[in-house]
Amino acid sequence: MIKVKVEFLGGLDVVSNGVREHKVTLEGEEGQVTMKDLIDHVAKTVICDARDIPVFIQDDTVRAGILVLINDTDWELEGMEDYVVESGDVFTFTSTLHGG
Amino acid sequence: MSSSADLPRKDRKIKPSALCELCHGRKAVMKRPKNLQKLCKECFFLVFETEIHNTITSAKLFQKGEKVAIGASGGKDSTVLASILKTLNERYEYGLELVLLSIDEGIKGYRDDSLATVKRNQQQYEMELEIVSYKELYDWLMDEIVSCAGIRSSCTYCGVLRRQALDRGAAKLGIHHVVTGHNADDMAETVLMNILRGDTARLENSCSILTQSSGSPIKRSKPFKYSYQKEIVLYAHYKKLDYFSTECTYAPEAFRGTARELLKGLGAIRPSCIMDIIYSGEHFVLAQKKKVTKSYKNGRDKKAATAEDEQEINPDGSVALKTTKRDGNTCEKCGYITSNKICKACVLLAGLEASRAKASVDGSEEGAAKLGKTLELLSF
Ligand SMILES: [Zn+2]
Ligand SMILES: [Zn+2]
Ligand SMILES: [Zn+2]
Repeated sequence: MIKVKVEFLGGLDVVSNGVREHKVTLEGEEGQVTMKDLIDHVAKTVICDARDIPVFIQDDTVRAGILVLINDTDWELEGMEDYVVESGDVFTFTSTLHGG
Repeated sequence: MSSSADLPRKDRKIKPSALCELCHGRKAVMKRPKNLQKLCKECFFLVFETEIHNTITSAKLFQKGEKVAIGASGGKDSTVLASILKTLNERYEYGLELVLLSIDEGIKGYRDDSLATVKRNQQQYEMELEIVSYKELYDWLMDEIVSCAGIRSSCTYCGVLRRQALDRGAAKLGIHHVVTGHNADDMAETVLMNILRGDTARLENSCSILTQSSGSPIKRSKPFKYSYQKEIVLYAHYKKLDYFSTECTYAPEAFRGTARELLKGLGAIRPSCIMDIIYSGEHFVLAQKKKVTKSYKNGRDKKAATAEDEQEINPDGSVALKTTKRDGNTCEKCGYITSNKICKACVLLAGLEASRAKASVDGSEEGAAKLGKTLELLSF
């Protein structure tokens, strides 16, 4: 079991009932779970209404326009979907599209 | 269970490839979409701020002692703009007097919360704050406009009424310069929309950093013209700026949404495309202008001389005023500066009144439908 924190910021919390911080537990051992698994898990468990999943996921990955940080670092520097998740990680998803 | 925020365990095993490409000392935290450079937090702040300073100085946006109003919505762009302008004004001694200028459109829930954010910004940045409301200017709330004209054209109203409200707010404060938080993504979106619509005439304004409506004493400028949305959001995040991020209840124009999607898709493949589109937009216009003048002069030699004296017609059908003051350069209804007899806001509001009256008489949809048509013709 891997315990991590997931944040929905920048207005993205509209798809999670206005809740910005989520404690997420992933099945599996450390070293086996990737960012890709986390994204799928988050889509299934954090997003309240399945119809809102396209707001978060597009073409099998996080939708363009959502900024992803892993432990406050741009996920583009951390291998994106291939990043190997560790316990205690913080994943921040911020919409860059809302409310200019 | 240990929290990673307190214990940066990954920082202890930094590979050289994970270091900042500028200082080579700290761990890179972000990758710039503009050039794919990897930077640490400190270098990112400095580079981001310095680029905006360079944009400001090379376009000669400000004059020493100038009073400048920041169009503040409480959203990320204008909040970062206020923060950065305060920083740069102090660092480089611009000598500006910065004021926050907010519009209260009258959107229940949405605007109340965002104005609360602006009021906190006023404290945080120690700036004067002026709020102008649609109700006092137009005697309409945005919510009323939408219930009358329908949600689909709401952003057309937003665009026209907001612009005029900012101008009037600035005039009230005796300010002749309004800066807005429009960023590179917004600019590229607008360029794309104009290209897709074949609206070459409007490409010019969508790309210029400084604009001024014909006859208006108020300048508009966009210091974030070359700043990416991603970096603005990152800056706000790392600086822990206080911004409001709920979407406006009234969705943006459908076509803009489509252009935005297209741009996001392109950007995912080629992040520099935002800059490239802006660059293209700037240069299309220059080439096209030359061609028109040339063919006009070649074809009609005799009239070439008088053509210089003729009035330039704006894309909205209004006429640009030359140096001489002419009759009709203020709106007959409200006195606002306009190049038409009646300003755009008054045209819209008159349409609204008519549609409200019509709807109450026979309860038909005709009024709203007709108004929709008028709006299309005006095409803002
Ligand atoms: Zn650095
Ligand atoms: Zn709007
Ligand atoms: Zn008027």
